[in-house]
Amino acid sequence: MAKTAMVVSKKKKKYQLLFMAIPFMLMVFLFSYVPIFGWIYSVYDYIPGVALPDCDFMGLEYFRLIFKDANILRTLKNTMIFAVIGIFLTPLPMVFAILLNEVGSGPVRKFIQTFTTLPNFISWVIIFSLAFALFSTDGILTSLPVKLGLTEEAQSVLSARESVYWFQTFLGQWKSLGWSSIIYLAAIAGIDQELYEAARVDGAGHFRCALHITLPSMLETYVVLFILNVGNFLNTGYEQFMLFKNSLTAPNIEVLDLYVYRIGLESMDYSYGVAISIIKSFVSILLVVTANLTAKKLRGNTVI
Amino acid sequence: MNGIRKASASRRAFQLFNYCLLVGFTLICIYPFWYILIYTVSDPAAVEMSSPVLFPRGFSLANYKNIFTLSGFFPALSMSVLRTVVGTTLSVLSCSFLGYLFTKEEMPGRKFIYRLLIFTMYISGGMIANYIVIKSYGLLNSFWVYILPGMISAYNIVLIKTYIEQLPASLEESAQLDGAGYLTVFTRIVMPLSKPIIATIVVFVAVGHWNSWFDNHIYTRGNESLMTLQYLLYNYLNEAQRVAEQIKNTSNIGGIEQMISSISPKGVRMTITVLASLPIFAVYPFMQQYFVKGIMVGAVKG
Repeated sequence: MAKTAMVVSKKKKKYQLLFMAIPFMLMVFLFSYVPIFGWIYSVYDYIPGVALPDCDFMGLEYFRLIFKDANILRTLKNTMIFAVIGIFLTPLPMVFAILLNEVGSGPVRKFIQTFTTLPNFISWVIIFSLAFALFSTDGILTSLPVKLGLTEEAQSVLSARESVYWFQTFLGQWKSLGWSSIIYLAAIAGIDQELYEAARVDGAGHFRCALHITLPSMLETYVVLFILNVGNFLNTGYEQFMLFKNSLTAPNIEVLDLYVYRIGLESMDYSYGVAISIIKSFVSILLVVTANLTAKKLRGNTVI
Repeated sequence: MNGIRKASASRRAFQLFNYCLLVGFTLICIYPFWYILIYTVSDPAAVEMSSPVLFPRGFSLANYKNIFTLSGFFPALSMSVLRTVVGTTLSVLSCSFLGYLFTKEEMPGRKFIYRLLIFTMYISGGMIANYIVIKSYGLLNSFWVYILPGMISAYNIVLIKTYIEQLPASLEESAQLDGAGYLTVFTRIVMPLSKPIIATIVVFVAVGHWNSWFDNHIYTRGNESLMTLQYLLYNYLNEAQRVAEQIKNTSNIGGIEQMISSISPKGVRMTITVLASLPIFAVYPFMQQYFVKGIMVGAVKG
């Protein structure tokens, strides 16, 4: 009798767990799943305020449009340029960590680490404001070449169309380099010190130790991070580019994400915006799965 | 003997180069902040003539006095503080509680529900679909649009769940034998034991809320009372950029002067920038101890 009561109360408790989770999962459903169901808008000519069944059914018309839209080609090209430069720079945090490790552990290292990590926590709006103060037409760094007599007219890098890719990449690295290197510093700290001692006994110098012990120990971390980020190839984000976009840089700074914003929320062409997002999502998934399978072939285990 | 001396000479050369490189980069990271700081505490009249470079020109707090009389400043500051406090509290409490529930293996359908949550890390509806949905919920121009959509974060739940799982199970079991329910165990035992991970997540969620401006831009542009500090700054910058562009494209001298006088003074922009970065600088020393744990957040967030 007592036993049954206990079983019942245990069962009750089990469902209690489920009931407690439901309100939170409802939020997940409302804000993460309902928008995915919202992909259905891409096959209708959705007009705000009109019920979906009353909108014209378009089939795959918007998806066909993607392949005919010259703006897609241009913004995709911009996205790819940012992404490719970014991929070439992926070893930079690792290199930074190795160099920082050579500084030893003193106040200088702490100083470097503290202030190179800080920009990661500063919002893009503030970074834009800093860049505006330094690089706008009357900014202090823009007027510097004129004062030095190097050029006649001050040229603001903020409105230079050609160098947009490099300048934005520089800002991105400025913001994140210190922060991204922390994971590698942690990896270095985890290396068995005996390896270094053994190498030194064998006559290896600092450089050789770095090349043959530190670097290989970090490659694992590098590969894992690389694969995790492959899916974000097309997701350059929009914050940075939206802030730095102006009439002069627009043709080169507009990435896919920003184009989706312009189509959907400025031109109010919701359905087409959703269609582009869908294609982007599929490409991302495809990239992650491919990268994961490649990793499995190369290293014998998957990352995700 | 000779070989060792040679190696140490090249080593010293490398060290010198390395120090210069890293310290140089560090100075590039600091200087922009230093520049706006010295600009805002300089004497405004002296700054008009020529900009400060390394040290303030004169000293004056006129810029700051100015900001405190600026009509939109205090409401925007309060809104930023409010969304940070409310958003962080609700998000961290619900993520911790849900993370705790997911450690309970007896929960019916636990694996399935957990997978449903993890799925959201890989796929999202996208900006436009989110917008349509939020609009249909009637959340446009509402304070809750800052709080609710990002409240349940799969990444943070994974972190908390992993942390709770490695706590000794015996503490929880003995409390349960004493008749404590899940809620009591969570508030009395699990929360206090998980302080390190919860503190980490509090810091990162709070910084995210403080820095956020895009939701203000797309969801609550129409309601001025919901303007946050970051978005106030964004508006000033946008205006300045627009005017700068117009000046470039126009040859009408009279028009230019009119435009320049209509632009908000540089001092206002710079001062808001200083004040908006101040909280980050203030919590930064406290944050540093959580970095390595925070990396996990960064790593999954990618």
